[in-house]
Amino acid sequence: MTGRVRAPFGARECEVVERRETGGYVVFTARDREGPDPAPGQFYMLATDGWGGDGGRPFLPRAFSVATAARDDRGVRLGFLVEAVGPGTRALAALKAGAALRVCGPLGRPFSEPRALVPGAPGAILVGGGIGIAPIAILRRHFSMRAIPARTLLGFRDRAHAGGLELFECQEVGLASEDGHVGHRGYVTDLLEVALKGEGAASAAVYACGPPAMLEAVRSICAFRGATAELAMEAPMACGYGACFGCAVPRAEGGYMRLCVDGPVVRADQIETALVAGSGH
Amino acid sequence: MSIRIAGLTLEHPVLNGSGTFDAIAARRAFGDELGERFPFSAFVSKTITPEPRAGNPPPRLFETPSGMVNSIGLPNKGLAGFLDQDLPELAELPVPLVVSVMATDREGFSRLVGAVGARDEVAAIELNVSCPNVKSGLIVGEQPAETLALCEALRPLTAKPLIVKLTPNTADPAAVALAAEQGGADAVSLINTLRATALDPATGEPWLGAGSGGLSGPAVRPLALDQVRRVAAEVGVPVIGMGGIESGADALEFLTLGAQAVAVGTANFRDPGAGERVRRELEGLRGQAPALHLN
Repeated sequence: MTGRVRAPFGARECEVVERRETGGYVVFTARDREGPDPAPGQFYMLATDGWGGDGGRPFLPRAFSVATAARDDRGVRLGFLVEAVGPGTRALAALKAGAALRVCGPLGRPFSEPRALVPGAPGAILVGGGIGIAPIAILRRHFSMRAIPARTLLGFRDRAHAGGLELFECQEVGLASEDGHVGHRGYVTDLLEVALKGEGAASAAVYACGPPAMLEAVRSICAFRGATAELAMEAPMACGYGACFGCAVPRAEGGYMRLCVDGPVVRADQIETALVAGSGH
Repeated sequence: MSIRIAGLTLEHPVLNGSGTFDAIAARRAFGDELGERFPFSAFVSKTITPEPRAGNPPPRLFETPSGMVNSIGLPNKGLAGFLDQDLPELAELPVPLVVSVMATDREGFSRLVGAVGARDEVAAIELNVSCPNVKSGLIVGEQPAETLALCEALRPLTAKPLIVKLTPNTADPAAVALAAEQGGADAVSLINTLRATALDPATGEPWLGAGSGGLSGPAVRPLALDQVRRVAAEVGVPVIGMGGIESGADALEFLTLGAQAVAVGTANFRDPGAGERVRRELEGLRGQAPALHLN
């Protein structure tokens, strides 16, 4: 993979070129004329014009993993998946085509390339849950373009939230939903357990993003099966580039990492738990 | 716009607040462009302590109307780690380096000031006597007598300029500033964050891992302006004003009330280029009287 891609210094303005609602999410695309192509797993700090105008919130930009990136002669089109749950995400979800978006990025540590995959073994397995399918979508595309075989497992709360599936175009994916309306009734991690059954599990490379409880399940399943796993995590974050020290995640060896610069993609064996206080808000 | 403050010659009056910009991490994120467009005229490091600190348990941040509460807890590599690992990299910055130090006792402060002050890469030392996140850090900066005694003890240990970072969590910041000046400080900087608490709206329990923290951002600016006004009216040493500065117009207000320089803090979180913009806007406002609305 390309490794960490560096961002232009400072926040810059992009134009929203497309917005559509899909299930419980909004997918919006912005044209970034100045920035580089991001690596899968990297994120951007996003804010709208007029940020802070409504009762003083949202005040801080919000971190979003990039879900799609496509270059044309006018820059790179960056796609983000948003669910309106608070003042920041409501402002972003309301953005119309033509609106200005303030971005800083790409930031953080991306996913890494899988090791040599053993024929017949489970290979690369991509696991996404809910809004966390965003970085899985760009990673899936990255693998497809490089002919890296990968299985994709996605989980959603219900049919409405399965709208994000469109990010995966016509690719083959394994599905789970908590209400059973789409695919397996239950959790996506049930599908992961099945995929990792058998001898070759230890050679599997698992890539996951989703709610903290899902990531914790992925971490513990992979630890039990001896599979390597990379988790794209989230934590409350003010700056995104290592300045505020707010996004502390406990390291397995003690102390904390800053998720914005040491992550957001972390090796599962680097952390004690994916259930970090304050994350998932 | 070059200025002279506490023995330092700076290209312009915009610094960063300690703990609001990590030049080493920013270099990883933005590469060489950071050095080419370095936003501040001096770089103030995150506070270092004698021994390494992991910092406070998460969550460490809470967004508030026009601001944020943080309880970071001064994570740092300690004096030895700073000198070995961070100082060589910070010495490559294109601007003078101010190292912020803090200890829970006089011996610790003395060790820090002695060791940091002995390094040629360091232009000045800022004494953090006001961090509200570490229990023992509060006391000195709240009390004139403690501040005077600390400054008098540290002053003979270095010829480097000493800047005392004042806490706003005191009834009479000007009295503490005067004590710092009397104790030998070359400048004072203010304000640090205001003690603050945030509750988890879902549970009513304290949100921050450390229980409480400090408020910063534009929400504190009017209070910061008032404290800068009161301090600048009393002391003879230069004042570095900060507290919610987001624009050149904001910075000009601090300068108008007696600050010789300003620092950008929380605005760096919203935009790493905020300091550059504040400086540019300030340059555009040069010679203009600010529109003050004092009642």
